[in-house]
Amino acid sequence: MNQKMNSRILRTLPREKAFYFFTSIGNYTGDSAASLKEFVDKINEVNVKSLEFHFSRGDFEKWIDEVFEDKSLAVEIAGLRGKKYSGAVLKEHLYNIVARRYSQLSKTF
Amino acid sequence: MKFKNNTVALDSTDLKILNALQENARQTYTAIGKSLGMAHSTVYDRIKRMEQHGIIKEYTAVIDAEKAGAKNIIAIMTIFTDPKESDTVAEKLCQAPQILEVYTSLSEELLIIAKVVAENQESLHTFIANSVAPLPGVLRIRTSMVTKKFKERQFSIANNLKS
Repeated sequence: MNQKMNSRILRTLPREKAFYFFTSIGNYTGDSAASLKEFVDKINEVNVKSLEFHFSRGDFEKWIDEVFEDKSLAVEIAGLRGKKYSGAVLKEHLYNIVARRYSQLSKTF
Repeated sequence: MKFKNNTVALDSTDLKILNALQENARQTYTAIGKSLGMAHSTVYDRIKRMEQHGIIKEYTAVIDAEKAGAKNIIAIMTIFTDPKESDTVAEKLCQAPQILEVYTSLSEELLIIAKVVAENQESLHTFIANSVAPLPGVLRIRTSMVTKKFKERQFSIANNLKS
C-alpha cells in the first residue's frame, strides 16, 4: 500500500463529504464522522438503531468506497451483511473491522 | 390605502377586493365591482396599487397534485439548530427547490420547520443527508412524512374583515 493511498484514506474530509448518522429516513441524530478515525469512534457512540439503518442500506461501504476509495474495507463491511448481524453484535463486528483497518493504515503512515 | 411609517395600511375596500380575489382571482374588475357595489375603475386602481406595493404578490393556480398524477411525497422537517446559525440555515433552505415552506419557531429550543417535496423516500433521504444535515449549525433533524392531507388553505384576508 503506498503513501498516497494511506493519506487519502486517513485525511479529514470537508463537511459535505462527511458521514451523517440517521436512525431512519430523514431523522438525523446529530452525529457525523469526517475521517476514518472519527468513524471508528462514532461506531461505538451512536445509537445502534443508526448502525442498523445504514448497514441495511449499504451506506457504510458506499461512503468508504466513494469518499476514501478504500475498496478493501468496503468489501469487508459489505461481507458482514450476509451474516445478518444486528444490535450489539453488529456494532462489535463493525467496530473491529474498521478499527483494525484504521490501526493498520495509521501504523504504516 | 394609506402609508404609516413606511407600512401600507389597507382600508375596508382594499380588504374586500383582496377577499374577492382570493375567492376567485380570474373574475373581472367589473364582476368584483358589481359584487362589492363599486365602480370597476375603483377596483382596477386599488388592485394596481396593491400589485405595485407587493401586497398582491402573484396570481397562481392551485393544483390538486394527486389528480394531476404527481406521485411526489411531502414531508415536514423539524431542524434543531444552533441559535447563532438559525437564520443562515433557514436562508440556505429557502434556496433549495425541494423546499416549499420554511418557518422558524422558538419552543424549548430554536428550531426550523420546513415542508419538503421529493420524488420518493430515497430522494428525500439523499436531499436531507447531502444538503441539510451538512449545513453548519444543524444539530439534529426529525422528519415526518405526510400520509394524508385533510386541509390545505392559504391565509384568507376575510379573517381580517371579520375582526
